[in-house]
Amino acid sequence: MEEMALTLKGTQQGIVLRPLSDSWEDVLQGLENALQDAEAFFRGGRLIAEIGHQELTKDMLAALRAILDRYDMELWAVLSDNETTIHTARTHGLRTRLPGETVGLLPKEQSAAAPTLPDTTPPSSVRTDLGEHALVVQRTLRSGQSIKYPGHVILVGDVNPGAEIIAGGHIIVWGKMRGLAHAGALGDEHALICAIELTPAQLRIAGFFGRPPEGRRRKLVPETAKVSEGAIVVEPWHTRE
Amino acid sequence: MAGKIVTISSGKGGVGKTTITANIGLGLAMLGARVICIDADIGLRNLDVMLGLENRIVYDIINYIEGRCRFRQALVRDKRFPELFMMPAAQTRAKDAISVEQMKSVAHEAAQMVDYVLIDSPAGIEHGFRCASAPAELVLVVANPEIASVRDADRVVGLLEAETNTPARLIINRVKPEMVFRKEMLAPEDVVDMLAIDLIGLIPEDPEILTASNRGNPIVLNNGSLAGKAFLDIARRLQGEDVPFAPLKPPSFFQRLLGSH
Repeated sequence: MEEMALTLKGTQQGIVLRPLSDSWEDVLQGLENALQDAEAFFRGGRLIAEIGHQELTKDMLAALRAILDRYDMELWAVLSDNETTIHTARTHGLRTRLPGETVGLLPKEQSAAAPTLPDTTPPSSVRTDLGEHALVVQRTLRSGQSIKYPGHVILVGDVNPGAEIIAGGHIIVWGKMRGLAHAGALGDEHALICAIELTPAQLRIAGFFGRPPEGRRRKLVPETAKVSEGAIVVEPWHTRE
Repeated sequence: MAGKIVTISSGKGGVGKTTITANIGLGLAMLGARVICIDADIGLRNLDVMLGLENRIVYDIINYIEGRCRFRQALVRDKRFPELFMMPAAQTRAKDAISVEQMKSVAHEAAQMVDYVLIDSPAGIEHGFRCASAPAELVLVVANPEIASVRDADRVVGLLEAETNTPARLIINRVKPEMVFRKEMLAPEDVVDMLAIDLIGLIPEDPEILTASNRGNPIVLNNGSLAGKAFLDIARRLQGEDVPFAPLKPPSFFQRLLGSH
């Protein structure tokens, strides 16, 4: 297996790209591959390039943007301690520092502009490391709102119709799941979707896709959705006597 | 002390924002409050028609912003209540004729004069909505008991939470008790449950609302009607009174006979 040229990591602020290779070409190639593998997850997102002390020229920046454009992504910020890189980024209207604390959605370590982020995520690959990171959110997710996170997502509250959760790992909703849920969005077929009331518009796990049967009103009990023999199956939550 | 700025919004069009603005405005005036209603639906103004003040308009909000008239000149005084005013929208302009900052400054200037400033928001969630909701201390979100309307209202509440953190209260309009009892319409509890915000008004469907609006004499002026009372109750609740919600009237024997079941 070839060596990874970069890491990609989802944070509250955006997806953080950190090059591991000195060759910009390799980094871009690696990025392209990663985006291709999990297009649904990355599409529409914004990227924060954490370049370190590498010098980034106008052309390198343009090449990066060209790739992002193809995936409908925005280059939002370039973080660097190299004066030239900072200058180039600024002249292109990019942020070179992240805004301070936002709403506390994320584990602290990932919120602010910390140059020394602990590098716990594995290099971007199709399989996420389940059990690694979970995002806990406590609120109602309303129509038009979206949570995208490479790890698990735990939502304490309702997901209303028109809202979506896209997670690399499991999705657990302590409430009503009436919107769209995509678990294992980076390709993990072992991901689960659980909710106290699982009446979604649509469920997706990895590349699989399911809709609740129409017209039938089930008794509302907590349920779990998973992939079994090539299809999404929904089972009531078993409680022991 | 400056007055309270309240915006009436919904996301979806045609759910009754303007009717509600007119009726609450009049309702507050009936209770003795000083009120300015601002029509923020630039290019599609209707509030003047509903209040029966169309033929008294000389200047509008855009004229004021552009410095063509003074603030007081852009206000139209109500023919029934001398402490109720309306600031009309410009009919010949588009939403982008006013900026968020300008709308804020107009609303705050209005709030210096009166107890309540009501802003009638345009439909949609774009610039017009942003302008109308930016100055608000409270947003009344209007929904009809139908899925599309509830979903759009949900979107509006979400945007308010995310962008301005303005508190929102819910008005459910066009409730048909007999349909609710036949389980053919979302019950008010279902709507409240979905939107998870507090209810401030429950308006029963009543054809009289439409005829009253068409005549420029909003139904709140009609003391006998249920809908009129529902609007007045909203005005009372805005003033901090604890008014219980009238229970939905179950269909009468005759209504059941006449119904399709």
